[in-house]
Amino acid sequence: MPRIGVFVCWCGSNIAGTVDVSTVSEAVKNEQGVVFSTNYQYMCSQSGQDIIKNAIRKHNLTGIVVCSCSPRMHEATFRKTAAAAGLNPYMVEIANIREQCSWVHKDMLTGTQKAIVLTKAAIAKVNLNSPLTPGESPVTKRALVIGGGIAGIQTALDIADAGFPVDIVETKPTIGGKMAQLDKTFPTLDCAACILTPKMVDAAQNDKIRIYSYSEVEEVNGFVGNFDVKIRRKARYVKEELCTGCGLCTEKCPQKKVPNEFNMGMDNRRAIYIPFAQAVPKVATIDADYCTMLKTGKCGVCSKVCTAGAIDYKQKDEIITERYGAIVAATGFNPISMDKFDEYAYSQSKDVITSLEFERLTNAAGPTAGKLLRPSDGKHPHTVVFVQCVGSRCAAAEKGKEYCSKICCMYTAKHAMLIRDKYPDVEVYVFYIDVRTPGKNFDEFYRRAVEEYGVHYIKGMVGKVSPEGDVLKVQASDLIANKQLHIDADLVVLAAAIEPDKSARSLATMLTASMDTNDFFTEAHPKLRPVESPTAGVFLSGACQGPKDIPETVSQAGAAASKVIGLLAKDKLIGNPCIAHSDEMMCNGCSSCERVCPYGAITYVNKEFRMPDRTTLVRRVASVNEAVCQGCGACTVACPSGAMDLRGFTAQQIMSEVDAICK
Amino acid sequence: MKVSYFPGCTLKTTAKELDAYTRASAKALGVTLEEIENWQCCGGVFTTANDEIATKLSSIRALTEANAKEQPLVSVCSACHNVIKQTNRAMQTDADFAFRVNNYMRMQSDTYTEYHGEARVMHFLELLRDEIGFDKVAAAVKNSLKGKKIAAYYGCLLLRPGKTMQMDDVENPRIIEDLIRALGAEPVIYASRNECCGGYVALDSPDSAAKQSRKVLDGAISAGADLIVTACPLCRYNLIKNGKSDIPVVYFTELLAEALGVKETEDAQ
Repeated sequence: MPRIGVFVCWCGSNIAGTVDVSTVSEAVKNEQGVVFSTNYQYMCSQSGQDIIKNAIRKHNLTGIVVCSCSPRMHEATFRKTAAAAGLNPYMVEIANIREQCSWVHKDMLTGTQKAIVLTKAAIAKVNLNSPLTPGESPVTKRALVIGGGIAGIQTALDIADAGFPVDIVETKPTIGGKMAQLDKTFPTLDCAACILTPKMVDAAQNDKIRIYSYSEVEEVNGFVGNFDVKIRRKARYVKEELCTGCGLCTEKCPQKKVPNEFNMGMDNRRAIYIPFAQAVPKVATIDADYCTMLKTGKCGVCSKVCTAGAIDYKQKDEIITERYGAIVAATGFNPISMDKFDEYAYSQSKDVITSLEFERLTNAAGPTAGKLLRPSDGKHPHTVVFVQCVGSRCAAAEKGKEYCSKICCMYTAKHAMLIRDKYPDVEVYVFYIDVRTPGKNFDEFYRRAVEEYGVHYIKGMVGKVSPEGDVLKVQASDLIANKQLHIDADLVVLAAAIEPDKSARSLATMLTASMDTNDFFTEAHPKLRPVESPTAGVFLSGACQGPKDIPETVSQAGAAASKVIGLLAKDKLIGNPCIAHSDEMMCNGCSSCERVCPYGAITYVNKEFRMPDRTTLVRRVASVNEAVCQGCGACTVACPSGAMDLRGFTAQQIMSEVDAICK
Repeated sequence: MKVSYFPGCTLKTTAKELDAYTRASAKALGVTLEEIENWQCCGGVFTTANDEIATKLSSIRALTEANAKEQPLVSVCSACHNVIKQTNRAMQTDADFAFRVNNYMRMQSDTYTEYHGEARVMHFLELLRDEIGFDKVAAAVKNSLKGKKIAAYYGCLLLRPGKTMQMDDVENPRIIEDLIRALGAEPVIYASRNECCGGYVALDSPDSAAKQSRKVLDGAISAGADLIVTACPLCRYNLIKNGKSDIPVVYFTELLAEALGVKETEDAQ
């Protein structure tokens, strides 16, 4: 027979102000199973908890109901209290008579009646509770970071610093990401390469870090603590361990007409290439789409000049499988395509460029060696127009993005300032909807662009850019002066909105991690768990979670690393016992539960059943992976035969609560 | 190939040549234009007022007739085409509008069958590009326009609103330029080719209209054009009347007829 204790909390006047607590504790005294009932000013206080503990011991209670605040607040507290008194923590039920009762009612009578009903429902449920014990699973002490930009590098460095091995998988031939392409960084104007490349070298030299460059994650199986990941190491036709990075092959390669993606296609590279001087690993890669040898079998120049004998035209993609305890997504961002913004004439003129192209144009290692020259004719421009929010904050979703890309205001101010600093003869206009510069020293930076550097900031948007001869006719509106502007520009720079890298969508599917409508990874809680994915063991770093600048990315990368370290530091993971389980006798193998499970926790197995006539029958039944199940309950609703149930929240328990309320 | 044809009132009055050259070119290219019986004025403007169906009924009548014959409905005047295409789109997407229109039409005739934008609406340019094909047009050219530098002028109505018209990129169109190329001439690209000619404010503010027209003409001239072609009677009128320039402005069908070698026969009539 259950022996249940009921503990009604006043929460000072929070509950007692609208609910007559002594009436509540009196009213439930004769409910089924109740042997003890009391009320107290603050149940969560030490003395309140002592009341509970003593009652459990004295009355030999088998279950308790605490009538207090939301279980989000103190369920864990009271479970610990019960456990300390020797009661299974899952024999505790909370009746939420604060958020769902006293706070929303003004009338004492109504509040009290509702509190009684809620308490009766909790009593009905705890009558059917059974003790639950959480399962355990081991933890593989190695982390995987997907993406080798500044976010991935920082996360890997921090994890390695704590002593855990970590692998970086990067799809490009080198790590470094977008930051490697940048010239200066705001708001300090220190050079991006100067602060990034030491970190790249640190990552390469750290014996806890392995870098799989030119590689992609192909398949993810398993669950938190034990992910089995297949990684495709794409054939680079160069033996990584032999190549010294001397670069001779990249000078001698006769295929000179390959658009250089590192310089945003503004110059050419060879078919065998090292993306940039500080690449990590500094190893050549053959671009199979352009290599004459690979396409026609006739050339072999790189192989002839390579003194290390590193060239291998017969190299094949290689698949490796590794086990990881935690996975960090750090897949980053890309500027959106300008195809749908032809009013800015991006496709019509070489002198209309994106901001990332401008970064290369002003970078000393870029196509113009850092000189500001027009891409069309190599002439020095005299008037430069920057257009902000190209595709950002765009109501037409089929054209651009509804969100603010967050970094454009600051980098545009930086670009404008850099031009005025190097070339005071150049007139610079910036068209904006709003200038948004929150952040440490950010607004001061933007003010400097306006006040010290004399950049013309104009509130209003550019309506049209028309190339006429070698001039770009810019038609725009000045909203503050309320007039139309016509500017003859030599160079137009578009602050293209940023979007998550295309690889994020397929990765999210592999990880069963959720995404928002814009394909940014969703965090477990937007405020309180910002670097964790709702999927256990998957963490988020950098712009794959939302637009971010470098300082923010680095702090988030560190935060993600600390969460990974916290996970890897454990030898075993204690699970949540309130998870789904399937009654194999009732399961008809329909797969409904498997389809709705957002965590991939349900698999189907063929199981032998012994029949009454002593024959055996093999049936396909659902099996729940207890380490992966998060206890959301979606499968219990989807199951047509009623085989699937959630421990701690069984259909029977829920129905008994409903019955108690409706009685 | 047989198509339904909606000429529109301007083509019967001030823009007779647009109609004549369209018919002659279509004939030369093996397309029969079957004029809609008892067509009425398109109304000239697609009103965006939600309770307004009267001005759109003319389009509906033409559309349902073409639909009954299972023919695409072709028009050549920018304004007519714009009104008809927008009306057809509204029949497809605006259930309330379609409901009221269908109720009204049913009152007029017992044999009326419910219509929900099933007919295909095409501009004559789309017919040339998508049905005949510019390569076939090029093959049919008898008098190549080689050496001529021609500026296409789109105006505002031909392509916009882009989502409804679905004819070409509104900001960087190429359909008329491709036709010019097919006829052997060289298209000239200039900034204001898809801007308004100012025609809509010609009565209210003649100065603004003149300024806008000058901008179009000057843009084309400075880009080296010998000739401007357009599809819109209002644009042509405005460019000539208010723009006051020596550069000729003609309908694209005149150019087409000339290249196909049917212009003289047409002119003789």
